[in-house]
Amino acid sequence: MSTNDRGTVKVENGRYRFEGKFHYGYPNDPIRNEDGELMGVTNPRDLTHVHMYGGEAPFFEGLGQGKLLGTRCDNSNCEANGSIFIPFRIHCPDCLSKNTIVDMTETAQKGATVHTFMITERTGAFNTLPKPIRFVNVEFEGVPTILMGYLSVGEPKIGMKVIPIFNTTNPTFTILDLSWVPEETNETELPEGYTFG
Amino acid sequence: MIKFSKRQLKTPKMQRPVYLVTGGMSKFGRSIPEKRTEELVIDAFVEAAEFIDKSPAELKEYIHSCYYGHFADHFGDQLLGESVIHDRLGLDPLGNVGIKTGGATGGSTLWEAFKAVASGYSDCVLAMGWERMDEVPTDEGNNYIASAADKDWETPLGHIYTGYYAVMAQKYWQVFGKEEDSFRQTMAEIAVKNRGYARMNPHAQGPMDITVDDVINSPVVAYPLRALDCCLMSVGAACAILCDEKTANELTDNPLEIHVAAGSHTLRVADRRDMEIPLLPNESPDQYKDLGNRFPGGDRYPGFTGFLAARMAAYYGYRMAGVIDPVEDFDLVELHDAFTISDIQTYEDIGIRPYGEGRTYVESGDCYLTNPKTGEPGKLPANLSGGLIGNMHAVGATGIMQAIEIGQHIWGRWAEMHEDQSKWDLFGRTKPDDWTNLQVDGAKRGLAISHAGVGSHVTATILVHPDHQLERNES
Repeated sequence: MSTNDRGTVKVENGRYRFEGKFHYGYPNDPIRNEDGELMGVTNPRDLTHVHMYGGEAPFFEGLGQGKLLGTRCDNSNCEANGSIFIPFRIHCPDCLSKNTIVDMTETAQKGATVHTFMITERTGAFNTLPKPIRFVNVEFEGVPTILMGYLSVGEPKIGMKVIPIFNTTNPTFTILDLSWVPEETNETELPEGYTFG
Repeated sequence: MIKFSKRQLKTPKMQRPVYLVTGGMSKFGRSIPEKRTEELVIDAFVEAAEFIDKSPAELKEYIHSCYYGHFADHFGDQLLGESVIHDRLGLDPLGNVGIKTGGATGGSTLWEAFKAVASGYSDCVLAMGWERMDEVPTDEGNNYIASAADKDWETPLGHIYTGYYAVMAQKYWQVFGKEEDSFRQTMAEIAVKNRGYARMNPHAQGPMDITVDDVINSPVVAYPLRALDCCLMSVGAACAILCDEKTANELTDNPLEIHVAAGSHTLRVADRRDMEIPLLPNESPDQYKDLGNRFPGGDRYPGFTGFLAARMAAYYGYRMAGVIDPVEDFDLVELHDAFTISDIQTYEDIGIRPYGEGRTYVESGDCYLTNPKTGEPGKLPANLSGGLIGNMHAVGATGIMQAIEIGQHIWGRWAEMHEDQSKWDLFGRTKPDDWTNLQVDGAKRGLAISHAGVGSHVTATILVHPDHQLERNES
């Protein structure tokens, strides 16, 4: 697929405006067995989906600006009142009221902790992370949930202190813009494009 | 800390009892290029009909509605695949519905079928499950499976579901396994056992005669999980026929009472919040007070180490069937051994062992047909089918396969369905010279656990011989 005519989308007046090509079809090929008998066919094509972040858009925009946003239930009648959610939840899972967005960058920078981790060489199609991937699941002071991410420097260990880094130079506007490094990592050790925010 | 209301914890009460009448399975394989999915489904249905000496057409005359378990539409590149199957089975114009709950799809299909009969909507239903994961290359398959995780918060991280699961395995391994060689060995024993039992099953895709060392020396997938710790990826189909009492007795002399219950938990493990452990009938309120002392880091429930959905499926299901102690009350189980370590975790979630002590179920020898330590029958044999590790994980069919396998033991017909040379020949498989009858003598009750991914959905299917029902507390 040429990148020149790759499809782009804007939202204008509440409607999608599609420009460029979103799908490419190719001729199919027969699939035969060793005796030359027809078994089936291939069905090749490329296509692009679009996807809206809705109420989570501030979180993904925030990453590229070096911010880790969470949300908090401020409903005084809810048992979860005061709970801070990372992953960012638009609505409180208990009372379903709209949560308040809170900036958790400083909390994370003061030192988050690796709850568990995993190192794997295996990935699926479309992976863009360098291998092996070092998954880390990170706990924060005062947050009841445990965020999944990946470690960009060093080797993970349960209980190690980590701090967030952000792809602020050329953000992808996905969860990949957030990564983690051990406390006291030097800025020169960060992957290209990533900063401490 | 989250809490449940009394209403949410109510024991499900059905309008009438439901019975498993028969079931059937296709061959299971990593790929079956010579057959369409529809052909595999028909193979399973024909086996179910023949099991009760009916022709497929005769059995179809009883069916009133249909429940189809098929998880991954995108693998087959066919939405509404259920309608294709329904048409090829010649079951129009009966009502039908597709069910998708990830790895628990088979169990959830039984859950829906069970409720349809229990409610009185239908007197006889078909629960059919299948999966076809062989029509894309492995890395595309991994990407598809990873799209069952959260597409914004998880999937971009490597597009590899095993990774999202493996962080939980790592936590359990370090906290409850204490990274001990002996625990690693226990994990490997499960893989050896299940692959060994699969050798006696002509349907099975992954039979192997291996040792603990073979497992421990197999390639690392995501440490501590190695290749031989992991389940299969399969193609195949399985079906069950569920009926009310009157219809069941018209179709067979030996229907088995069936109960199905379900639980759930967050799709993203990241969203789990702490809570008190919901207790099963064989547990006491104070028994977990020192769990964090005995297993440092293990005091957070469910944390990353427990499957709340499995706990809740057992919580409801045991009370529905009158089960107090699963080891005493069941004669065999089929568990969702997606990974050896998740098998151990599940022993705890469903009360076979208390939290923290799952490994002792294997180490005691209780989980074997014949306890290798004593030479006596194992107290609660597990996964005699070969499980997901040795038999198959054709996702939509898996939970149904488990129930059929247990049913064949309670019916006393396990050998008949696994020994016949013609079936081995039909599936192009070589029957081992040391083929052994795995029939559990006198089996009366069994349990199957069907489980999705990191624990988003779990079902508990309980089968009971009607002459051996347990006393139920109706309060």
